[in-house]
Amino acid sequence: MSTRTLSLEHAPAPAARTPEWKRYARAYARNASSMLGLAIVVLFLLVAAAGPWIVPYPEDARGAVHLDVKLRPPSHAHWFGTDEVGNDVYTRVVLGARVSLQIGLIITVLAAIIGVPLGIVAGYAGGAAGELIMRATDVFLSVPALVLALAVVGALGPGILNAMLALSLVWWPGYVRLVQAKTLALAQETYVEAAQAGGAGRTRIVMLHILPNCVSPIVVKASMDMGSAILAAASLGFIGLGAQPPHPEWGAMISHGRNYLPTWWWYSAFPGLAIYLTVLGFNLVGDGLRDLLDPKSRA
Amino acid sequence: MLAGLLCLTFAISHVMPGDPARLAAGPDANQSMVEALRARYGLDRPLSVQFARYVSGLARGDLGESLRSRNAVREDLWRYFPNTFELVVLSLLLAVALGLPLGMLAAVYRDTWVDHATRVVSVSGVALPAFWLGLMLQLLLALYLGWLPLGGRLGLTATLPAPITHLLFLDALLRGEWRTLGDALAHAVLPVVTLCFPALASILRVNRAEMLDTLAQDYIKTARAQGFSGFRVVTKYALRNAMIPTLSMIGLRYGWMLGGTILVETVFDWPGVGLYAVNAAVSSDFQPIMGVTLLLGLNFMLANLVVDLAYGWLDPRIRRRRAT
Repeated sequence: MSTRTLSLEHAPAPAARTPEWKRYARAYARNASSMLGLAIVVLFLLVAAAGPWIVPYPEDARGAVHLDVKLRPPSHAHWFGTDEVGNDVYTRVVLGARVSLQIGLIITVLAAIIGVPLGIVAGYAGGAAGELIMRATDVFLSVPALVLALAVVGALGPGILNAMLALSLVWWPGYVRLVQAKTLALAQETYVEAAQAGGAGRTRIVMLHILPNCVSPIVVKASMDMGSAILAAASLGFIGLGAQPPHPEWGAMISHGRNYLPTWWWYSAFPGLAIYLTVLGFNLVGDGLRDLLDPKSRA
Repeated sequence: MLAGLLCLTFAISHVMPGDPARLAAGPDANQSMVEALRARYGLDRPLSVQFARYVSGLARGDLGESLRSRNAVREDLWRYFPNTFELVVLSLLLAVALGLPLGMLAAVYRDTWVDHATRVVSVSGVALPAFWLGLMLQLLLALYLGWLPLGGRLGLTATLPAPITHLLFLDALLRGEWRTLGDALAHAVLPVVTLCFPALASILRVNRAEMLDTLAQDYIKTARAQGFSGFRVVTKYALRNAMIPTLSMIGLRYGWMLGGTILVETVFDWPGVGLYAVNAAVSSDFQPIMGVTLLLGLNFMLANLVVDLAYGWLDPRIRRRRAT
């Protein structure tokens, strides 16, 4: 016994293992486009958080009226120009970041909350319930998402809340598909079979073995979906069914600015640029995360 | 699937908490007017009766009528859908015609400037809001430079060709009305380019990834070693195999494009079902939206069927598996 202890003491200390998250972070940082995406997303989050304190005219977000400065081109006082009632477009674009972030987050989270449990039930429990869930998913996926969202908002009436609700209602099937496929594959794994043989209950297997292994693909999909959800909500805003004026929402701003083209181009140009950059950022981050966490699904 | 689609449109139109009769009657209507409308459209009956009426109506081809214009929805769809179909097909053709060769080039010239340039397209394509891209193209090419018309399907002076297929391009071509054809093409450039951009991006991306995989295969190396020209190897041996996953992407994209027409048609005032649905949704006119949802859902299902069949044609293994 004593000799063993001695030999251990004299053995060279093992090299400290790099923590897993550090290795992931380094791998992520090696990809230039992923880092660009991360930079855009961080900037967007900062702008959304600090919005009211960094804009020159915070009252313009609530639809103040300054007709004396209406439709001014971009200048030192108004970086992105002003709109038809003299509101500062820069202020409204910056404050719109918070609106878009909330919309994207709510749609994505709601869709995941509905879709993930259904996917697990369909993939793990199977049976008639699973079959029913998958058929319903197929039906939802058979209609283009924007068309379905339009139909739902048409039924509920226009407004930002209804637009979010409609988009969440059409967004969940993607999560069901993803989680169901992953659950089916996981249920075949030896360690799940071992747990079953050991007498573990279904709930325990799902919570301990299946759900944790579904997290990476869900995170990857959610980061991609943030961008698409922001884009879809802006689309509904553009049509006139999303956020209503004077709410500073990018899609609605473009829709109003459209009437002032070509002379007053800045009114619709800058909100569009903001949507583009934000969605681009989330997509690049999603791409980077997928390469890292779920490389098999690359396509 | 079809039954599911019917249930879905019915659920949206009849079970959702909104009140179509109240919306249709308008904000100034009093309670008795709302009740009268409700009775007229059978909205006061039990849901099961309403569903039976809905399905039997559909079986007779009755999609209801627009509350705003009092037109039968079926006739409206019949009038507008050919325009949407032409827009989507042209955009899809353009996306494939550009996406396949660009994806191929990006794979062959991997990590060169060609690859980087196409990556900008593929990354931007999915992030650019279609409606904004459309507006900016309008601003630049129609309003500033004046090269292309701003919107609509035809100029004011052009005459519609007598209908044969109800597809404007085809009809103008068949009737030999070249001026109308030219005018229609000029009007189509901007909407087609706008709608094709996201599809182009994803086709390019998928085809690049598949080509990279295929080009690394042994049989390609063998073909090269046997002295076949690089061009022949890439186009004849690699592209055909790489196209199979790309094809399923194309089927999916057809459906997404049908959704995209909502925005593009709104921007360019293109008289298709997308614009029709938007106008109906903005004025809470119910039946047209449900008609469009049903029509586009059916279209998407058909497209997926076509893709499945095309798979077999491209991939002999699937054909053989089906035969057994």
